[in-house]
Amino acid sequence: MKFHRAFLALAVGAMLTVAPARAVELSIVSGDTGNGIKVLREILDRYQKQSGNKVDIVVIPPSSTDQFGQFRLWLAAGNSDIDVYQTDVIWAPQLASQLVDLTAATRDVVAEHFPSIIQSQTVNGKLVALPIFTDAPALYYRKDLLDKYGAKVPTTWQELADTAKLVMDKERTAGNKDIWGFVFQGNAYEGLTCDALEWVMSNGGGQIIEPDGTVSINNRQAAAALDMVKGWIGTIAPPGVLAYQEEESRGVWQTGNAVFMRNWPYAYALGNSENSPIKGKFDVAPLPAGIGEGARPAATLGGWNLAVSKYSKHQDAAIDLVKFIASPAMQKYRTLRTSNLPTIKALYDDPDIAREQPIVPRWKQIFLNAAPRPSATAKIKYNEASSQFWTAVHNTMSGDGSAADNLADLEARLTRLKGKGW
Amino acid sequence: MPVSRSRLMRQRVRSAWLFLAPMLLVLAAVAGWPLLRTFYYSFTDASLADLDARQWVGFANYFSVLSMPSGRVLYDGLLADPVWWRAVWNTLLFAVVSVSCETVLGMIVALVLNADFRGRGIVRAAILIPWAIPTIVSAKMWQWMLNDQFGIINAVLLNLGLIHAKIAWTASSDTAMIAVLIVDIWKTTPFMALLFLAALQMLPRDVIEVARLDGANPWQIFWQVTLPLIRPAVMVAVIFRALDALRIFDLIYVLTPNNVHTKSMSVFVRENLFEFDKFAYGSAASTLLFLIVALLTISYIRLGRIDLEGGR
Repeated sequence: MKFHRAFLALAVGAMLTVAPARAVELSIVSGDTGNGIKVLREILDRYQKQSGNKVDIVVIPPSSTDQFGQFRLWLAAGNSDIDVYQTDVIWAPQLASQLVDLTAATRDVVAEHFPSIIQSQTVNGKLVALPIFTDAPALYYRKDLLDKYGAKVPTTWQELADTAKLVMDKERTAGNKDIWGFVFQGNAYEGLTCDALEWVMSNGGGQIIEPDGTVSINNRQAAAALDMVKGWIGTIAPPGVLAYQEEESRGVWQTGNAVFMRNWPYAYALGNSENSPIKGKFDVAPLPAGIGEGARPAATLGGWNLAVSKYSKHQDAAIDLVKFIASPAMQKYRTLRTSNLPTIKALYDDPDIAREQPIVPRWKQIFLNAAPRPSATAKIKYNEASSQFWTAVHNTMSGDGSAADNLADLEARLTRLKGKGW
Repeated sequence: MPVSRSRLMRQRVRSAWLFLAPMLLVLAAVAGWPLLRTFYYSFTDASLADLDARQWVGFANYFSVLSMPSGRVLYDGLLADPVWWRAVWNTLLFAVVSVSCETVLGMIVALVLNADFRGRGIVRAAILIPWAIPTIVSAKMWQWMLNDQFGIINAVLLNLGLIHAKIAWTASSDTAMIAVLIVDIWKTTPFMALLFLAALQMLPRDVIEVARLDGANPWQIFWQVTLPLIRPAVMVAVIFRALDALRIFDLIYVLTPNNVHTKSMSVFVRENLFEFDKFAYGSAASTLLFLIVALLTISYIRLGRIDLEGGR
């Protein structure tokens, strides 16, 4: 009996001393595109070796719209199964109340990141997510085809449409039946809001909802931009583009069936990967500008971050994991593998990155000048506002109402949604 | 004697309740309680960000009249929301077309399978495969097959010369609903066929033999003998499918999410509940969805019964 008790005491003592150092199991949820999940696994394997903790990836579909609905549901239910969420740059204001404040824990590292990105993830003085990569779109073009027909890289949308038509027609006559001029993200989802914001802004049509809260979308230049896009469908862009997200457009592009593509930098590394039919045949340029007053090239700011759930049972370990993945070494590793734009300032001068993924140093200015979506203005109503916007754009592209009518309608809806204020 | 019989009866009733109790309790917990909660939330302004901060708003989520300072009168709420009515219309259209096609096709398949031929067992098993595949998987599979650029459907149709340009099935507003219908009919026809086949196999053979001896042709036999006899089974199968079709979600969510031309009531509900900051509004839509389905089912049962009696 005595022996038993002593043994028990010893065992309990041993457990107590071991407990703090005991490995924990963490879950991270991500719906990354391309090879993003694979690279995340590689990073996590390193983390597991270093920390002894085990990390599982919960993979969900890449549509940012779908992800948000799922995340919100999990968070509202106080789900403790997910410790770390990979969050879109626009979500911070909407999810802030259910995420852990990382300000204190990341005080030593935030200065390595671009202040504007850290700012975008700060809500009421609380840092809710640590950035792991940022995003600004590029115009991908087929260098070989442009050279073949003596065309130059377009700087306006009109030039793009003309070049696309020219190359596409000549290639089709030459027997390349499946080629199209331009692919982008035309499905009705958050990605269309990104694409359409660029069309509207680059044509001097404002940014849907201005920072002071006014709904500015119902104007002639915005309507002209959407009319221009409507004209692309079925002529230079396949009718199916109305159902394309990032990966579908990359599917057409990377099989060599598009002259131009609008996409995020992740498609750069994949296009140059070993088995890619277009390896070495393409390059990137900034997106074109429109015409008319205030026209200038515009790029929508994207980017992904890691946030720790308030309901996680291992918050300290989760914060540790987040800091590991966002660290300069791991961001460099990710960039080399995926051509995602790092959020660490110093990496834009890194010689390895400049050699392997030359898009990265070239894209520094573009992402620094990229326009945020009006998520900070519309706050918790942003998703609905964005959905109203992409619906109006999608309807216009499908030929369901004219751009002018749809935008007038959209203005009324947004004004109503705004109510007394955003 | 009557006394002891009623005691036996009482005992039986008691044990029946005893046996039913666990199921009723579970039903109340997993179906009744959530339904009541949803119903309650639909009268509040609840937000998923903080459910406890809700306030009672009465019928505002369903219908309200706003008088603007400018003197303009606005109607607000679900009953005045064109997007909701569009979703209701889409759902009804989907339900009517899909259930009709599935009933006709299912009947044909069942009649074929009811005949005697070699390898019938294998064919019967094979035909059930589409129904056995989880909807999400088959929806994803069809999404690839319907892809405009590298989908097999377009490739086959092009090579057969039936179309001259690739069709953007899930993208175009003209074909999106057709694509959803094709996949649903492909998936659920086996289910209908199975139910009909079961009914057909219960039929007494002699009735049909007699009809044949009387000189009725197969067409007449089907309409005058077979169909009236299996009619109750057909009615039940149709109501099963109709209930299912009216709450269609997964297929549309995978194939054409966010597309106004295919958005069903359930997709609308989910969007408002979780994506938009409109938990209460979504709850109201969910309640209306429940009411619409209940109403349609009740009227179908009543009309069906009247029809049945009138036919006799």
